[in-house]
Amino acid sequence: MNIENIDMIRKEFKSLILNETVSHNELYLTVKKDVAVKLCDYIYHHFDAPLISMFATDERKIEGSFKVHYVFSFDREDAFIIIKIDVDEKSPYFKSITHRIPAASWYEREIQDMFGLVPQGHPDPRRLINFEDWPDGVYPLRKDFDISTKPPRVKGEYAYRRVEGEGVYEIPVGPVHAGVIEPGHFRFSVAGEPIINLEIRHFYTHKGVEKLFERLSLDKAVFLAERISGDNSVAHAVAFCQALEKIAGVDVPLRARYTRVILCELERLYNHLGDIAGIATDVAYGFGAAHANKLKEEILQLNERVTGSRMLRGMNAAGGVRRDIGDKKDEILLTLARFQRDFRELIELIFSTSSVMDRIETTGHIYTDTAKGLHVVGPAGRASGMDRDTRRDHPYAAYDELNFKVPAMKSGDVFARTKIRSDEVAESIGLIEQALWSLPEGDIRAEIRKIPDGYALGYSEAPRGEVIYWVNIKENRIERCKVRDPSFCNWLAIEYAVLDNIVPDFPIINKSLSLSYSGNDM
Amino acid sequence: MTVEDEIEIMGQRLNDRINKIFGRSLHIREVDAGSCNACEVEVTALSNPVYDIERFGLHIVASPRHADMLLVTGPVTRNMELALLKTYNAVPSPKLVAAMGSCACNGGIFGDTYASGGGVDRFIPVDVYIPGCPPRPGAVIFGIMVALDKLEQKIRKKEVRA
Repeated sequence: MNIENIDMIRKEFKSLILNETVSHNELYLTVKKDVAVKLCDYIYHHFDAPLISMFATDERKIEGSFKVHYVFSFDREDAFIIIKIDVDEKSPYFKSITHRIPAASWYEREIQDMFGLVPQGHPDPRRLINFEDWPDGVYPLRKDFDISTKPPRVKGEYAYRRVEGEGVYEIPVGPVHAGVIEPGHFRFSVAGEPIINLEIRHFYTHKGVEKLFERLSLDKAVFLAERISGDNSVAHAVAFCQALEKIAGVDVPLRARYTRVILCELERLYNHLGDIAGIATDVAYGFGAAHANKLKEEILQLNERVTGSRMLRGMNAAGGVRRDIGDKKDEILLTLARFQRDFRELIELIFSTSSVMDRIETTGHIYTDTAKGLHVVGPAGRASGMDRDTRRDHPYAAYDELNFKVPAMKSGDVFARTKIRSDEVAESIGLIEQALWSLPEGDIRAEIRKIPDGYALGYSEAPRGEVIYWVNIKENRIERCKVRDPSFCNWLAIEYAVLDNIVPDFPIINKSLSLSYSGNDM
Repeated sequence: MTVEDEIEIMGQRLNDRINKIFGRSLHIREVDAGSCNACEVEVTALSNPVYDIERFGLHIVASPRHADMLLVTGPVTRNMELALLKTYNAVPSPKLVAAMGSCACNGGIFGDTYASGGGVDRFIPVDVYIPGCPPRPGAVIFGIMVALDKLEQKIRKKEVRA
């Protein structure tokens, strides 16, 4: 960790820091709750360190209070600074930082719904996860809430933002959509064709995942992590397992780390192909869509032949991987060689078809400052000038031993997001080939008998962007597991991306952002 | 036998049954009642050029009002319960319901909690259960075939009118 940075923070806030602990590449600073806004603001603006996660914990039984954590990422130093504050049960308030760091908005509303801690001064203090029929004063992530409780439904109404004016009308869409996609509600306000406001309303698929983690054994918890956002199973499982491995202080065998790279990149391949197929479908380029869908299916079938699961499930475990895929080397290489040839042909076709380019260029623009303010991650961020990739900035598995480029663009439209994905497909193929050629001999899993008490961050770069886990283990059980899926950051960007676009372009913009409802709602 | 061969044989059998019972085609509306989206990946795959279920007379439609069958995924979350009931009521009778995936069958790993309903049959009648996490596309086609058998029995017993 870069000492200079810490010294600057120490100098600026010396007497206000109550406690300081370092573990691995994470620095925890405990401060009084009224200092949090100033300190977060300082770290965010002075070091250009994005807020990558924010969560509360219920430590009333141990320390007599709730804690709120703010996690900042120092990309250049591969380090994290976590600010901790105490929030007392008798005075369950903390100051909102949303007006300084817009990316905090949903985290603060989430904490309000799940813990009953109120972010004072939040610009939009409506409920987020609990719907209007959820009774007051019931907070699922508090330790005294039993997971099997079924709170009664109460009467209530959800107030949408209203746009008024001559000729303005609303189009409500969802939660059940016309296509085969996940449930969520979109409320458009339009004047003629152009969209002048979009309000998204989600959390229809909230399944109580974070609460469920606290009830499951560690082995089973890996399976739950795989089921938070189904098409990003590997990324979630790897991030979760890495947090456990960090706490246990276990070195994962090199062969397992290389295998994880192969799995992560196979996942990226089928996801990116699915997104490219979706975009082609939505611009009515049926031939391209069929071609892309066929290539996606080839990877899904390869996944099944190699791992036994089309979605690569059941492969990861704390300590490494559960199945050796070394003997499948030739099969993977052969399939990828064919895939690469077909993919090149497809991308050339898509980008030289004028009816496609006409629909995707300049559509769904996300400006760099919007992307930065909301902390847009993954291909969507990289298409809008956010040159961040967990694989490069916080290397995990074996990414620091392999060569790959991180494509980045600035134009921020649907075209840029499609182009980033197609460039990443080429990089992924390269990564898989390198990992297979240099796959080290040895074990595929380190034994972990018992995990000592402790906490750590786990992270990975899913096809959609960075996945962040914060896991706290107590007596070999999960005391708290905070999951931050990339879609939780990226969903709000769609409200900005659609402005001044026409309603028929909404599906393309939505598809180009590739957002998971389940990963967001959990 | 390759996946393609398997699907070809099963698809033809399915096509025969759809012809016999429904005249020509079976219309399906998919409802995500809180799945993790892996089931959606597989339902989407049903329409790709490898499976291409439309050639067997299966058609995924945009509205429940056009559907003969609901294909429900997910454990039915508290927040999706009402939407699922409304969708079910919008499907004209006689209607079939298939619960697709482990969560839809019995709640799966999400179980029965404050947020997860513990399976589709606690909320609407289910005709066929398609286990798997997620079920492979071939399993979904097989499940639909079983559902059609069940409808045929119902028609024979005069429980429903064809």
